[in-house]
Amino acid sequence: MLDPRIKAIEHRLSQVKNIIAVSSGKGGVGKSVVSSILALILSKKGYKVGLMDLDFTSPSTHLILGIKGLFPEEKEGIIPPTFEDIKFMSIVYFSKDKALSLRGQDFSDSFIEILAITKWNKLDYLILDMPPGINDATLDVIRYMRKVKFIIVTTPSILSFSTVKKLIDTLNTLKIEIIGVIENMKSDQTYSIGEELGEVKAKFLGEIPFDPELEKCFGNTKMLLTTKFSRELEKIVNEIRM
Amino acid sequence: MHEWALAEAIIYTVTEIAEREQFKEVSRVNVKVGELQQVDLEIIKFALTQLKRGKLKNTEFRIEPVRARLKCRICEYVWDFNKNELDEEVAEAIHFVPEVAHSFIKCPNCGAQDFEFVEGRRMYIESVSGVR
Repeated sequence: MLDPRIKAIEHRLSQVKNIIAVSSGKGGVGKSVVSSILALILSKKGYKVGLMDLDFTSPSTHLILGIKGLFPEEKEGIIPPTFEDIKFMSIVYFSKDKALSLRGQDFSDSFIEILAITKWNKLDYLILDMPPGINDATLDVIRYMRKVKFIIVTTPSILSFSTVKKLIDTLNTLKIEIIGVIENMKSDQTYSIGEELGEVKAKFLGEIPFDPELEKCFGNTKMLLTTKFSRELEKIVNEIRM
Repeated sequence: MHEWALAEAIIYTVTEIAEREQFKEVSRVNVKVGELQQVDLEIIKFALTQLKRGKLKNTEFRIEPVRARLKCRICEYVWDFNKNELDEEVAEAIHFVPEVAHSFIKCPNCGAQDFEFVEGRRMYIESVSGVR
């Protein structure tokens, strides 16, 4: 019983130069916002960018970017719709934003199915918005997207950073490249996790202060790009080589 | 035609098997297609005839449907998938990504959406035979 979809995945991704998974051990740290705005920033710089929301049970990148009314074109596979020059793929096209509870194998089957039929064609960057935790999505991305690199997002909280250390350890063990760690929602009262990253062998990319204005900009990309959050993220993007 | 992408997936996989098994020619490939995905078998067959070349030039592709059956994980009720009970938009969504059935289909016995696909979820290659 051979699954022909597996072999198709490498063909579908053959023209994608860089795959970047935005991940964390914990939820609520800002992965989806980083993923969405990272895609906007790279696209604005002139790169060909794709964004895939892998948080199948709680997708939110479409809400952050204000994407609605789109559906993939069916043409010898499926062509992701383009939104502000970003090729965008999400389970919401198919789940119609209804609740979708998936057990492990069902997640993997959905993941494989979408990858096997989605024709990204030429991309400089494919950004993956990962669900929280070190689970099926992380393992499947590592298994089926061998050239993936990780950007890890944490808050300054020890609750977040303790799980991030486990994620870093897992990726290092599997010899998966980690671009680095972004400390999000930084406030003056919190200590810096930058110093602690040396011991877990991951580069500190920078910090993004807590931005109370961000929430009201969700759904409007022009406003999103004027936020302090976006400016700080762009500084980080300019500093790193991806 | 989403079916075209699935046919390509079959060709990629069988080509790799032919290389690995050192077949001079692939004579027959048996493919099972779960009906949950509502794949148009005629389009798959047509796509395969258009895509096959090299060691697959003379390959006979046998494509057979498999009835889709679901089993509730809560009350263990087993039932057959019936496309006609779904509206067109939902049927299309399940056609692309069958797992989204969990958003739309409920156990007819207890109403739970926690069910498994006993059979007929997807397409798979059952066997590949060739000449060395």
